[in-house]
Amino acid sequence: MADAGNSLETYGGWRDAPGAGRAAGSRTGRALRVWVCAGLLVLIVLAVLVVPPLLPLDQQAVDLAAKLQPPSPAHPFGTDEVGRDLLLRCVHGLRVSLLVGVVAALAATVLGTAVGALAGALGGWSDRAVMRLVDLFSSVPHLLLGIFIVAMFRPGVWPVIVSVALTHWLSTARIVRAELLSLRSRPYLDAALTGGASRRRVAVRHLLPAVLPQAGLAAVLMVPHAIWHESALSFLGLGLPAHEASLGSMANAARGSLLAGAWWPTLFPGLFIIVPTLAVAGLAGAWRERTNPRRRSELML
Amino acid sequence: MTGLPHSRFRSRGGTAVLPASPPWGPMARMAARRALLAVPVLLAVTLGVFAIAAASPFDPVQAYAGTAGLTASQENLDQLRHNLGADRPLPARWWDWLTGALTGDLGDSASLRAPVSQVIGERIGWSVLLCALAFAFAVLAGTLLGVLAARRRGGLLDRAVTAAAYTLEAAPPFWLGLLAVWLGAIELGVLPPGGLTDTGSDVATAGQITRHALLPALVLAVSQLPWFVLYVRQGVGDALDEDPVRGARARGLRERTVLLRHALRSGLLPVLTLIGSRVPELITGALLVETVFSWPGIAAATVQAATGVDFPLLAALTVLATAAVLVGNLLSDLLYGLADPRVGFDG
Repeated sequence: MADAGNSLETYGGWRDAPGAGRAAGSRTGRALRVWVCAGLLVLIVLAVLVVPPLLPLDQQAVDLAAKLQPPSPAHPFGTDEVGRDLLLRCVHGLRVSLLVGVVAALAATVLGTAVGALAGALGGWSDRAVMRLVDLFSSVPHLLLGIFIVAMFRPGVWPVIVSVALTHWLSTARIVRAELLSLRSRPYLDAALTGGASRRRVAVRHLLPAVLPQAGLAAVLMVPHAIWHESALSFLGLGLPAHEASLGSMANAARGSLLAGAWWPTLFPGLFIIVPTLAVAGLAGAWRERTNPRRRSELML
Repeated sequence: MTGLPHSRFRSRGGTAVLPASPPWGPMARMAARRALLAVPVLLAVTLGVFAIAAASPFDPVQAYAGTAGLTASQENLDQLRHNLGADRPLPARWWDWLTGALTGDLGDSASLRAPVSQVIGERIGWSVLLCALAFAFAVLAGTLLGVLAARRRGGLLDRAVTAAAYTLEAAPPFWLGLLAVWLGAIELGVLPPGGLTDTGSDVATAGQITRHALLPALVLAVSQLPWFVLYVRQGVGDALDEDPVRGARARGLRERTVLLRHALRSGLLPVLTLIGSRVPELITGALLVETVFSWPGIAAATVQAATGVDFPLLAALTVLATAAVLVGNLLSDLLYGLADPRVGFDG
């Protein structure tokens, strides 16, 4: 990471980003933001890891006497249409969504890095062919392709993961390829090659460390996207099975009670998607500012 | 961003002057080139769609026979398989579909019980109406909010708008739609919760359609809004830091003139290029919003087709969406070339 930073400095020759003086005043604000985001993420991960084993979710536990209760001290998020506690269900749903999201994001990143590295390392004809493939995939709307795959392979956890991976590897492949192409022309690679380094050594010692931070950032940012994608599929009834507490299928199940005026079964699953997304985006933004300060104002998400 | 001073000077102080009439010739040539390039893409997408279907456990015979397939004899099923052409190899089936599609025969939709071309023809207008309304609203409101936020970066309004934009960008459109249904239709009771016409009414009058379209279009617009706001804010804010604006201020122009005639004009250029490339996101949003509001559009039909594993409809709609994305890309490049003559129509 330090390596990439140094090479950037000599390469781009930037000094202070414009507006750095203005930004200095909000440094404490930025640090606060990073801490809040990190704290939220730790809280989410802890909740997802600790709560489900301690308080297992009984899908069959129906308590019709307590159905559709508004938020109260006993049920902070209220209860759903068959009297189940929504806070507990939301935590379980977030666990499922996070799990699917992380696995799918990992798969997408590995696929994207492999394709991008192939294109960037081979160059020439195969590079153009791979990039045409990327263009091809990016001209089909993601959710539509996901819907198509899931519909053909029957809804379930694995089709959802595959559909997310197959639609989300494009950006990583582009990033890795661009990075590799720019690295290929750097003097230190020439120096390594002239010094007699083997292809393997150049790839492992020089290219990989420079590409990994980028790919890692892409992977982290991919997790919210994957969660979003999974919840959209589940909401449409094409994702995880309806009895499984996933955030999207919970929002779908809440549609009936929404028309009866109960807003809480809809509101809270959505918030459970928004808050982790913003926390990840905030942290990733801070990371990007550290590794690549020139693109200070690049949009996240 | 420090920007490139020389390019700014050449663009006459950030206000690119449009030629008297658009250069139709180069634009037509670009459109023709893109149309040629689109052919292999569309062919590849159709082939990919057939390949995915062939690799999946989806069986057209079972889909066609439905519950009757459970009791039918193997002989009948084989006969049916032969009649449907499902026993032929993948390239042959693809070729049949392709030649049929060129003559307007896209097969029959099992889930909606109508020819696919008829389903598309009946529904595409409603989707276009919804998307156009939403897009127009998103562009207008996004530009307005983005300029207001960029006017004083770091100010209270800027921070409020940016925070709201990030939150909305993280929010799933179906969730926004459900909350809008709750707020607009149930709590306030001012707008209908979905559909195209009032219940019990057979004719679709303009007034009814407007009332029913308002809420879904608004939700779709809000789901697209954050992107516009953030990009306009970025573009205008960067332009405000550049030399033409400083020059305009030094000449003593009014702040409003500087903001709207100088900063906004050059700041909107990058946004313009990306407007057409928002078509995939618009389609994604429409898939969710139309489903939430039971809007009788093509996106809702896609979801129905997927739940019913209706391959002919799904394949046609996937190809249609790809074509829409390609048209969007072409539009954005044409717009950019028109707005900034330095770019030209070479792509």
